[in-house]
Amino acid sequence: MRTAWVVLRKDLRVESRTLETLPAMILLALVTFVIFHFGLNRDTIDGQEAAGVLTVALLFSAMLGINRLFVAEREQGGFDAFLLAPVDRSAMMVAKAAGLFIYLTVLEVVAVPAFGLFLLGRSLGPPLAGLVLVLLLTNIAFAAIGTLVSGIAVNTRARDLIGPMLGLPLLVPALIGTARALGPLLAAGHATTSPPLKWLAILALYDLVFALLAYALFDFLLEE
Amino acid sequence: MPTAPAIELRGLSRYFGERTALRDVSLTVPAGMTLAVLGRNGAGKSTLLRILASLLRPHSGDVTVFGEALPRRAFAVRAQVGLLAHEPLLYRELTARENLVYHARLHRVGTERVDEVLDAVEFQRRADDPVRTLSRGMVQRVAVCRAVLHRPSLLLLDEPRANLDPAASALVEPLIGRPSGTTRVLTSHDPRAALAEADMVLALKDGRIAYAGEPAGFSDTRLQDLYA
Repeated sequence: MRTAWVVLRKDLRVESRTLETLPAMILLALVTFVIFHFGLNRDTIDGQEAAGVLTVALLFSAMLGINRLFVAEREQGGFDAFLLAPVDRSAMMVAKAAGLFIYLTVLEVVAVPAFGLFLLGRSLGPPLAGLVLVLLLTNIAFAAIGTLVSGIAVNTRARDLIGPMLGLPLLVPALIGTARALGPLLAAGHATTSPPLKWLAILALYDLVFALLAYALFDFLLEE
Repeated sequence: MPTAPAIELRGLSRYFGERTALRDVSLTVPAGMTLAVLGRNGAGKSTLLRILASLLRPHSGDVTVFGEALPRRAFAVRAQVGLLAHEPLLYRELTARENLVYHARLHRVGTERVDEVLDAVEFQRRADDPVRTLSRGMVQRVAVCRAVLHRPSLLLLDEPRANLDPAASALVEPLIGRPSGTTRVLTSHDPRAALAEADMVLALKDGRIAYAGEPAGFSDTRLQDLYA
């Protein structure tokens, strides 16, 4: 964990200097909301429709973050530098997943209120706790699967293509869970303030499986 | 008690697809020696260095570094090896000091060692500048600091003096030159300069050994044949 923290701190410092990833993720989510707002030609949306829009916007932004996850390591020799140190290679996976989780959380702090303003047309107050829980579970899925596929793609020539090609099918079950868990929370009149347990459990299970899978496989991905 | 040789290669081969990078390379380098690896571009020099650094797996043969077999004991080998490669392995947006602190933490070395190596190459004045703002020669000085930060027993030096002017070259000499007292494997675009520093020579041609032995036995004619 100590090594993962060293790598994560370095990644956050590099991002704070370059601002190459997080601002683009936020901008993409906001633009997606604007497009849906005008595309649907409705003042407000709710229920499953709103859940779908929010999930799609998060997916677009997450894919951007996933594609950029290992750029500095690839372009500036970070992989070699890391591999030359006597450290557990899985620490890099943990650091990258934690970094992506942080980016997604910051994105949602900005994007979800904007979503409420542009598309829901009402306060997110009552179902906020449930919403946060669903989004945190979704972020774990993005982080685990995203780090795994980005690690697979980074050493290939068609890395920009392989990331989404592998990542999107793997993310579909998690995104179905997210959309179905968010739907009741975003229903008009706040009919319920807690997400359906069934979908929460599916999301949590999916997170656990892919977090363990990514942790177990990442060591081999760094081989030449 | 006999000490293990710094490097022992037995029938080492490595391929990249159809291309042979190294074929049946065998060599023993005693501790404290300097081995010059010579050969034309693509002869397998950098591949050999990357295998010794545990960044590449051999496809066949045995490789040991200070008695530790690669790749099985790579973890133990990494603590003893410093690699100065073509790429500086530094993050452009971080300062020289931040890069070195990052590497010091990965190697579990105290951060006071960072000041020590920066002092050694007289780099304290620019240490807090981002690497992207430094000249190539300055970046190479920082890369030398990175390679020796954890006091490795084996230095793998791929064109170590590239981009360094004579003054900078003199500055890094105590860290990566003979005065460092470490076992060294070095390549150079200037074979005569490498030979002058070497106790042993390994000449590679198309991944095979063309000569292995003392520099005295490596005649000018052999050198010309190697680069012909």
